[in-house]
Formats: sequence, structure tokens, C-alpha cells
Amino acid sequence: MEPIEIKQYTAKDFKSDQYVRWCPACGDYAILNVLQKVMAELGVSPTQTAVISGIGCSSRLPYYISGYGFHTIHGRGAAIATGVKVANPELTVWQITGDGDCLAIGGNHFIHSVRRNVDINVLLFNNQIYGLTKGQFSPTSKKGWVTKSSPYGTVEEPFQPGELTIGAHGTFFGRLLDVDLKSSQMTMLAAARHQGASIVECLVNCIIFNDGAHGYLSEKASREDRIVVLEHGRKMIFGKEKNKGLVLDGLKLKVVTIGEEGITEDDILTHDASNPDPTLHLMLVRMQAPEFPIAIGVIRDVPAETFDQAITNQIAQEQARSKVKSFDDLLETLEQWEV
Amino acid sequence: MEKHKSTELEQVAIRFSGDSGDGMQLTGTLFSNLSAILGNEISTFPDFPSEIRAPQGTLSGVSGFQVHLGSGKIYTPGDEPDVLVAMNPAALKVNARSIKKHSVIIFDSDAFGKSDLEKAEFKTENPFEELNISDTVQLVPVQLTTLTKESLKDFEMDLKSVVRSKNMFALGLICWLFNRPIDEATHFLTNKFRKKEEVLRANLKVLVDGFNYGNNIHLNVSTFIVDKSHETPKGKYTSISGNKATAWGLIAAAQKAGLELFLGSYPITPASDIMHELALRKDLGVKVVQAEDEIAGITTALGAAFAGKLAATNTSGPGLALKTEAIGLAVMAELPIVIVDVQRGGPSTGLPTKTEQTDLLQALYGRNGESPVVVMAASTPADCFHYAYMAAKVALEHMTPVILLTDGFIGNGSSLWKLPKLADMPSIKPNFVQPGMEGIKVTARDEKTKVRYWSFPGMEGFEHRNGGLEKDFTTGAISSQPDNHELMVKTRQEKIDYIANVIPELEVEGNPEAEVLVIGWGSTHGHLLSAVNNINKNGGQVALAHFNYIQPLPKNTAEILNRYPKRVVCELNSGQLASYLRTKVPGEYLQYNKVQAQPFTVHELEDHISSLLK
Repeated sequence: MEPIEIKQYTAKDFKSDQYVRWCPACGDYAILNVLQKVMAELGVSPTQTAVISGIGCSSRLPYYISGYGFHTIHGRGAAIATGVKVANPELTVWQITGDGDCLAIGGNHFIHSVRRNVDINVLLFNNQIYGLTKGQFSPTSKKGWVTKSSPYGTVEEPFQPGELTIGAHGTFFGRLLDVDLKSSQMTMLAAARHQGASIVECLVNCIIFNDGAHGYLSEKASREDRIVVLEHGRKMIFGKEKNKGLVLDGLKLKVVTIGEEGITEDDILTHDASNPDPTLHLMLVRMQAPEFPIAIGVIRDVPAETFDQAITNQIAQEQARSKVKSFDDLLETLEQWEV
Repeated sequence: MEKHKSTELEQVAIRFSGDSGDGMQLTGTLFSNLSAILGNEISTFPDFPSEIRAPQGTLSGVSGFQVHLGSGKIYTPGDEPDVLVAMNPAALKVNARSIKKHSVIIFDSDAFGKSDLEKAEFKTENPFEELNISDTVQLVPVQLTTLTKESLKDFEMDLKSVVRSKNMFALGLICWLFNRPIDEATHFLTNKFRKKEEVLRANLKVLVDGFNYGNNIHLNVSTFIVDKSHETPKGKYTSISGNKATAWGLIAAAQKAGLELFLGSYPITPASDIMHELALRKDLGVKVVQAEDEIAGITTALGAAFAGKLAATNTSGPGLALKTEAIGLAVMAELPIVIVDVQRGGPSTGLPTKTEQTDLLQALYGRNGESPVVVMAASTPADCFHYAYMAAKVALEHMTPVILLTDGFIGNGSSLWKLPKLADMPSIKPNFVQPGMEGIKVTARDEKTKVRYWSFPGMEGFEHRNGGLEKDFTTGAISSQPDNHELMVKTRQEKIDYIANVIPELEVEGNPEAEVLVIGWGSTHGHLLSAVNNINKNGGQVALAHFNYIQPLPKNTAEILNRYPKRVVCELNSGQLASYLRTKVPGEYLQYNKVQAQPFTVHELEDHISSLLK
């Protein structure tokens, strides 16, 4: 037997020859860089990689990756990615989408791809604004947000992608912040390794139409106090001094300080991303500033059968059982008569 | 046994009509299969309401199934039936318009009580008089309900199930009337109720009793003999519905092309049976995704096309409207996909279970931008197989979406199908990239045919980005350069136009030397040909040109159409093909249109076409 050559990839192997055309200092650059690193680390060749997107600034991303890419139509990325993955389960399929593409026009496809647990890695760029159409509010814009299409402030409640994912029986939800490279890479890699629909909410800054939407979190000086980076099996501890943590107080989460009021590290919750019961994951997803830190990292990562695998298995089962192996065999199953 | 008087007929049409829960579709299907096995030509037309179980006995709940059988060529399910089986007054009333002189009406006299008549909105106690049914019509009352109860008195079945079996009594009776041995029906029923032994036994008992009833009491009606057809070419046959034939055409094409078949679909009347058929075929590796909506139906399929599979989606008019944007993407990305539109009455939700040819212009033009696609139409239930196969062949070989138009009439109807041999069917050779072509751009294409080369994920050296944005003709990169856009628009059109070179030429049927040319397309072929043949048989002179390939048109279209001084386009819409032809082959076209969500009748066509001969 010939030795199997395992190729080591670098981020460069996943860069296409296309000039990246996002606005200077757009948060999307950071995600693209992390993605290329993660692709290299994953070790799947560009040939076996398909990147599918819908419409919007972030959906231009497939042009910048050297593998196979399909920049499709508004909102339909999830459905097209589903088709690609079911058609060829050997491929590693990424779906690139934004808060408008994924949660407004593509909301239906999104929840159904999550429900079916199609093995795709979804990077949901959430900048809480429509950038490519120049500044309208999106389904994730905060209530009251003033934009071109909401000059007096929006009057509608935003979606939380994590709540939707869990509500749709999602098996993986992670969140990353464009300026936090280390946790971004960790989260994206975990998403890629998860078998099933992996939703990664990428909090990105739109420098032109919504600059600073995530500024509260991004600000370097206070960031560690405002986010908690979750890792499976680790204590939910955060803060510059690493002295803050999350505990359960009855049916609610609570922020405590280690060393105060008799709290020790042992009292702090340990993160279990693999718990099928999503109750605590939902609480973590819902945490909002300023009462809570924002949860970053892998919040939920539960193994389950994937849609594409289930289809493949059913086919294999029937092919083993059925006498029909070809079209000619199929004809033989008909009621037929000679004339 | 005393010999009963019989009438020999070349062809006969029978309509089974009753409540949508009365089992008329099953009864009709069984009878037509029996006739086909005996060597008759058959054509069937199920006509049912969109309500699954409308209130019992009401006009809106009437479900019908017509079968036309003959010893010669049969092209249509027949106009007015020679024999009507009416299970209740509502069925009688709904069919009143199509009861012709000297026909036979067999009805369940148990179901013609006062309240039954009221449910069917009769005002008097004599429905036949009220409907002005001609004296020449022979009325045959049979106590179907009572006789069925009697037949099943030894069975431990609830009353509802007993009464439900009365369709088998009617079938037995009809089998006697048409001299059909019922052994074959036994065989079909055994297949159908294999898992419900009690139901099977009951159905068989009632069927036999129905047959014997006719035989024993010598119903005062002449029986019919329809000899086996001598015009049917020798071979193995089955009876197949258009939707099943469509599904199987795609399966055959996938195997011939050596590709996996992927169907993305969303349930819609009257197209869902195509999905049902394909969902059964896991054994042949067919992948079916029942998507969350029509858009996901086509976009999952487009994903599969991008991944290198034979991709298809099936729908009806409202669904085609929803798929519009994705078809545009398929045009732009130059990916192969078959879109089957089983047309129904529109616009909007329209008449979901009825038939119409009103999506032609939607198929041709219903997209943003200049977005040419191939449009084809099937003519009969059986040839849905051929056109589905050809749709896949053209899509794969020319890297284009193909819209195949069928409709509720041929989708649900069935006809005789001579079993094909895959080996004899035309080859399918997708325009794959070839070794040595590594590094070519996504827009690289064959110079003559303008077909781009197909590569897909998993192929090393062909990695590329595709999408809905305009691409540079040479580099394949995004481009909004003005001249390039125009060149790409032209190229996409030329690619479709070239297909005229590979599709069959338009043929003329009937009398080619005639002055009058009848023009049709799609599922009206049987009616048009019957009308044209009848006129020619009676001394008239008419020719027929029927289109199955609509975009592009066959190469000789102008040459054929321009031969005839008088041309009449007959279609089940307000003139969609006529207006298309006026732009493609300018000139005068008369029109004959019907938009009643029902097929033509041969009579009305004959009348109209004859009037043009004067």
C-alpha cells in the first residue's frame, strides 16, 4: 500500500487571487483571516472545500477563498449549502451569511437547516445593519436604533441568533468577536469539527454604517470584564483579574466575585457544551450587558446524527435490501403485459 | 347460459363519478388497467376536487375518473362518456352537461332519497327530469348500497366499511357490462390490499357479486365488446401516469449520464406525485429533499447541480413563480437543472386540481434580466417519460436550466406505455472538463455550442468561484464592464439558440397538403389529432403542427408555418403560444382558446376547425 501523504496547509493555500474589496478596517477582514487559518488547521484541501454564500457584504467572502465557491442569491445560502452537502457529503461546506441574509430574507432556510442538522459550518456575520444596501436596520438591530430606514428609531424587537438556533434544535452554537483572534480561531475550529449545523455568530463591526455597534465589547481596556470566553469543561470565569464568575441563583444566572461573600472558585459553574438539555445554554446565550458579560466561544456543541448522513444511510440500507439495482430492474417491478 | 345481446364498439368512454370518498379513482384505475391488459388502447382522466373530503353528497365533493378505451388508436380520455356511473345525485348533476344521447347511466338508487337530492341542490324529486336528461338515455338503477350490504352480511365489518365497498360492486357490474373477466382485477386488488386481508376478502366478494348480479338478473341493457387493438405495436406494456413517467424519465437520464439524481421539492398539487415516486427510489440512490418551501426546493437542487449531480425540482404554477429568482441564478451560473411545472388552473391558487396551459409565458419570460432558458412540453402521460429524459439530456449537455411543462391532465391521467430499453435511448454526455484543462476559468466554453465546461467540488485543479454576479467572458471574475455584459447576454442567448440544432424538426400530421394548419403544444395533442383525423376522414382537409420544443423552436418552424395560408393556434389559455409565435414567425394567426381549467373536447375542436374550412 502506498503511504498516504498528509499535506500540511497554511492560510496562504486558501487565499484566492482576488483582491479583497471590503471597506478598509471592516470587521470582515478579521473573520476572513481567521477562516483561512482554521481551514489550514483543519487540513481539508481547497478542492474538497465549498464556500456558499447569499447576498450582502459578508457574502462576497467566497471570492477570496481558493477552493470552490458559490455566491448565490439573497437569503438562500442555507438551502444551497444543504443541497451541496447532501449531494456530496464528502465535502466540507461553509456557509457565509449576514444578519439580513440569514435572519430576514433567509430566516426560513436558516431554521430548517439547523433543525435538520445539515453538516455545514455557518459563519453568521452580525453587524446589526444592512451594509451593502447602505444602512437600513436589520433583524438584529437593537430596538430604537436610528438608521436610514428607521429615522425615528426601530419599533421592533431584534432576534438573538443563539435563541433561534437553540429554538430550532440546534446542535452547535458559538459566538466570536472580530477583534478577539484567539477565541475566534478556537470557536471556528470547533464549529468546523462539529458534525451537524454549526452556527457561529460573528460579532463584526461595520465601520461605515454602524461603527461601534459592538464597541462596548471591543474596547480593549474593558473587554475582559465584558465578555466571558466559554470553554467546555472550564469554569465560567472572566474579568481582568480572573475573579468574576457565573453561578446559578435559583433559576437564574448571577455574576459573583471570587473571594467575596464566601465565594470560592469551586462555586463557579463549569461549562458543559455537550449537555443535550439546552436550558443553561439558552441562559448563556441570552446574557446581556451591563448586568452580564457577553458569552463568547463555544456555547453549545452536542453530537447528533446529521441530515446528510441520515440520507446516505437510508440509501445504503435500501440498496442492500432492494432487488432494484438499475432502471431496467425498476421496469420489472411494474404490472406489465405483452401485446 | 343464455346469450345476452352485445354491441361491438371501436371505442367507448366510461366515467365513474361519486363522492371524493367513494373510491372512484381506484375503481377507474382498476378498470382501465383491466382493459389495457386485454389489449385495448386506453387513456384516462381523473378529475377531482381540491377538497380531500368535501361534505358528503354535495356538488363540491364530486370526484370523477374517465377512461376511454378502444380497439383502434386512442388519443384522449374521450369527450362525453358512453356510460356514466353515478354514485349519488350530486355526481349526476355535476356531469349533466356531458350526458349525451343514447348513453347509459348506472346509478345507486339507494342514494337518491329526498335528503340526498337536497344535498345536491335538486328542487324536485325527479332529478332526471329536472336536468332535462334526454329520453334516449338509458337509466339503470341499481341498489348498490343494499346489494353491497347483502353481499357482506357475513363479514364482521362496521357499516361504514361495508358501504365503502360499494365501488367494487359497481366495478364488478361494469366488468360484466364490458365483458371483462374479473380475474385480473383480483390480481390488482391483491397487490393493493396485500397487508389488509379482511379488506381484500371483502372487496373481492363484492366485486364478484357485482359481476354476477349483472350476469344473473340480465340487467336490461346491452353489454359492450371492445376488441383488442391491432394498432398497438407489439411489445411489453404498462399503464402509467404522467407524473410517474416524468419521475422515471429523470431516473433513466441519471443512469444514462452516470450521475446521481437529486430532487429538491415542496409539495404542491398536482405535482407532488413526482416527488413521491422519486422518494421511493432510495434503492437507485435518488436523493430527495422535501424542502421548507418552493425556493428551497430549487435552491437545494441548484446546490446539487453545483456539486455535480443531475438536479431537478418539480412544482406547479405558483411554485414556478416562487422559483423565478433561482432559475435566474441557474441561467447566470450556467448550471444544469430540470424544472418540471405540472400546470394547473391559475392565477394565484386558482384551480389546484384542474388543468390549464397558462404557464407558458411565465416559463418563457418570467424572470428578471435577459434570462433565456429551454422550454419543453410533454403531450401524453406516457411521453412525459421521454420529455423528462430529454429535458435532463439538454440541461446536462448544454449547461442550462430546462423547464418542462406538463399539466394536471397528463400528470394525473394515464395511458399505455411501451416499456423502453435504456440501452436504446439516446446517450447523455455532460460537458465535463477534461484532463489537461486544469486551471480553465469558470466561463470557459465550447466555441461552437457556447456551452461552458462543467467542473465541481472534489475535482482537483478546477477550483473556481461561481455566482449570480455578471462575470468576465474571459477571466470569469466579477465584471460590470459594459461591453462584457452585452457579450455575456448575447452568449447566453446563443447557447440556447444553438439547441435548435439538436432537437427534432417540427412534423406535420393530418393532411400536409391542406390549406388550414392547426397549431398546438403540449397536452392538447391527443384532442387536436383526433379532431384533425375526424375532419380529414369526413372529407375535410386539415394539417396539424404540434410543438413539444418551444424554446428554442425547431429549426424548420418558420418554413412549416409559412406554408399554410390559414393557421389557427388552439390552446388552453388566452393565446400564449399564439403571441409567442407572432414574435418568432411573424404573420397572422387565428386563435381558438379555452380557459375553463378543463381539457378540450374533440367535438368542440372539430366544430371550430370545420368552420374555418368554409
